[in-house]
Amino acid sequence: MKKILIMSISAVLLITASCKDNNYLDIEPRDVVPTDKMFSDPALVLSVVADLYQRQLDFSSLDNGWASFADFSEAFPSENGSSFFVQRTSWGWGEWGTWDYGYIRDINLFIERATASTLKEEDKKIFIAEGRFLRAAYYFELVKRMGGVPLITQSLTYEGDALSLQTPRSKESEVYDFIISELEAIKSDLPALVNIKSRATRAAALAMESRAALYAASIAKYGAQRTPNVTLPGDEVGIPATMANAYYQKALAAAEAIINGEAGAYSLYRANSIDLSDNFAAIFTDKSDANKESIFIEDFKVGTNKVHSFTVNNQPYSRSEEGADAGRLNPSLNLVQAFEKLDNTYAPIPTVNASGDPIYYTNQQDIFAGRDARLAGTVMLPGSVFKGAAIDVRAGYQNASGDFISTGTLPGTSTPAVGLDGPADGLEFRTQTGFYIRKYLDPVTGSGRRGRRSDVPFIRYRYAEVLLNASEAAFELGDKGKALGYINQVRNRAGLTTPLNDLTFDRIVHERRVELVFEGHTLFDMKRWRLAHIVWDGANMTVADLKSDIGSATKHNTQPFSLWPYLYQNPGNANHNKWIFREVKLGRITGANRFQSGNYYSQINDDILSRNPKIVKQPNQ
Amino acid sequence: MRFNFKYIILVALTVVVASCKKDTKEAPKASFKGRLVYNGTPINVEQNQVPVELYQSGFGKRGAIVGNVTQDGAFSFLLFNGDYKLIIPGVQGPFRWNQTGATRDSLSVNISGDKTIDLEVTPYYLINDVKYSVSGRAVTAAFSVNKIITDANARDIERVTLYVNKTQFVSSNGDENVANNGIAGSAVTGTVNLTATVPALTPSQGYVFARVGLKIAGVDDMIYSPLQKISL
Repeated sequence: MKKILIMSISAVLLITASCKDNNYLDIEPRDVVPTDKMFSDPALVLSVVADLYQRQLDFSSLDNGWASFADFSEAFPSENGSSFFVQRTSWGWGEWGTWDYGYIRDINLFIERATASTLKEEDKKIFIAEGRFLRAAYYFELVKRMGGVPLITQSLTYEGDALSLQTPRSKESEVYDFIISELEAIKSDLPALVNIKSRATRAAALAMESRAALYAASIAKYGAQRTPNVTLPGDEVGIPATMANAYYQKALAAAEAIINGEAGAYSLYRANSIDLSDNFAAIFTDKSDANKESIFIEDFKVGTNKVHSFTVNNQPYSRSEEGADAGRLNPSLNLVQAFEKLDNTYAPIPTVNASGDPIYYTNQQDIFAGRDARLAGTVMLPGSVFKGAAIDVRAGYQNASGDFISTGTLPGTSTPAVGLDGPADGLEFRTQTGFYIRKYLDPVTGSGRRGRRSDVPFIRYRYAEVLLNASEAAFELGDKGKALGYINQVRNRAGLTTPLNDLTFDRIVHERRVELVFEGHTLFDMKRWRLAHIVWDGANMTVADLKSDIGSATKHNTQPFSLWPYLYQNPGNANHNKWIFREVKLGRITGANRFQSGNYYSQINDDILSRNPKIVKQPNQ
Repeated sequence: MRFNFKYIILVALTVVVASCKKDTKEAPKASFKGRLVYNGTPINVEQNQVPVELYQSGFGKRGAIVGNVTQDGAFSFLLFNGDYKLIIPGVQGPFRWNQTGATRDSLSVNISGDKTIDLEVTPYYLINDVKYSVSGRAVTAAFSVNKIITDANARDIERVTLYVNKTQFVSSNGDENVANNGIAGSAVTGTVNLTATVPALTPSQGYVFARVGLKIAGVDDMIYSPLQKISL
């Protein structure tokens, strides 16, 4: 009885209490900021634009993980779970695709709200310009991967009629035109300040414009020459060859605007003139104002959530701060031998002399002597010093009778035959190619620990690329003198002090490869030059293949090779304790890169096609 | 608590009875098979490279049922009865099919029960009369190349290559050949002889499989000669 009484009283109380206050449900939420409040204060708008910056898409970047750098035979993945990179024989049609119109809608909304806001004019101008910059950047990612896409430049509202919202694909050239015109329009609204690197600046807009125009130009020129079948009747894919020159001129003009200092005093990084390799590696680790080379970066900060594991994943095993979490990304011999000699000639890494006998080297690094300084700046060679000690790369030893031995210990010692860093076939988390990555590897103590990680930035645009863009555009426009002037600046910084006297297309392809490798350019460069199906032709490679035609733009590059150092053990012989080297193709490498016509533009999936029947399919799929 | 079988049996019976009743739809049963042929001769291609797509409208979303052609030009589907549109999309396959200009037209297929059709295609080239000979570990193929399409749609030969593999899957694909040797299309006249030397195989085997592949300029897919097993 008592129970029933209490229950009915509480029920009555509950009902009366909840009915009493009619405004109870109208309380403003405390954890959501309404749009009009958000856009009334520049500090709050900054947090919106920060989210848009954070959502930028990169092909390979430090927060995508090490594996985004591993493909295309420029590196071998030393993690057995990632062997598919070297075992697959083709890329899926959908590979590299993106279709994030949610992001575009958010940017469009941001631009509209910022335009309608009551912010001060000078704040408003910069925020709108940043929104348009990020939208152009994402459309650039879209057009590189998908070709012409629907251009949506304002937020769409659904009012019961889906048909009017279905937009067909624009022409590929129209998307490039949109990107170029947007960047032209906003460049004067953006600050021309060299020390702003992680937000949009005038130089970032110009650098993107020059790259976009160069891509469009080369698709127009080389698409007609090499892949006439990669087109669609409505030009959603493919750009008519007649448009090439105009794009090359725009690329050159935008690059020269930066070179002439219109966007701030950018220059090549030359902080260390004694060791040019260290200097090259420092471009990627130096975040101080002394670095006037990096233009637009994705920044990280230790002690926050915005850190990355690149150094943890790829540090040399012997110098690891996190045990076996190390050594994944191993640059290939294919890449290493592409770095030319200081006399501007190409040569394979000399393992044998003319009569086929091995060459004996006193020090491991002697075999790489006299090469482009960017080699040791990009790749950690056997015997390089990292975090205070040399890495230990030794595949074993060769005895007096010529056998290669990788088991047991070195004769007369207790040192294991194989070095702490390998290489041994299939031994993951150590180098298997004989090389480690050096680009982006953080030399700061603790950067290899999972608890701390690293804040080395990812450089999206830098001055050296701008020079190479200018050089390529000038070359294609027939101005060789100007082109040589720009390319020789980049080469001079790398220690190639004898200037080139003549320029060829192959030289430009080569220069971009060695300067910009592992920076997310490889795929898109090969695609725009329409070289991808020639270079990645699906055929297996032999050592003879590997060593021939170095420097040729059409040299095929389908399987990563290794260079293994062995110690020669023959007491009494003049070559005792010297090093010999062997080219090795690892056992896991069973596939070969094969790029087909249908890979030039990533698949638009059936879901998208059935939602919007106006969208045409990609060719050759 | 005592272990009581009665309840377990009761629960199991309920589950069995209930789930049988609410089974999903019947699986597709009608078999639809076919081959790519030219004048009755099958077209040999690389496995899993030439797709055959079937579309069925009236179910909301649009998307193809994709089947891939085998090495010897055959394909097969298991379908529900109904009306389908069949297409070999884009410029897939080393042939022209059902097309007047650059684009291909689809073919209506009605499925009611099992069905077998041959799709008549016109290859750009055919590899004829391949004769293999062996000396030691060197496999030699002698053959001639026949140009089928000679009108405005004709295409050049880019390369002709002899491929040898240790399994019956033989193609230009990196892991489907252990030895190959080819010549450029410009060098192809009359009877062509190509020799490829088979490397030592682990585990060793006394036979290999060989095919000759022809790459047509501007077409990804190669056309092959019929597969041949060769004793070494």
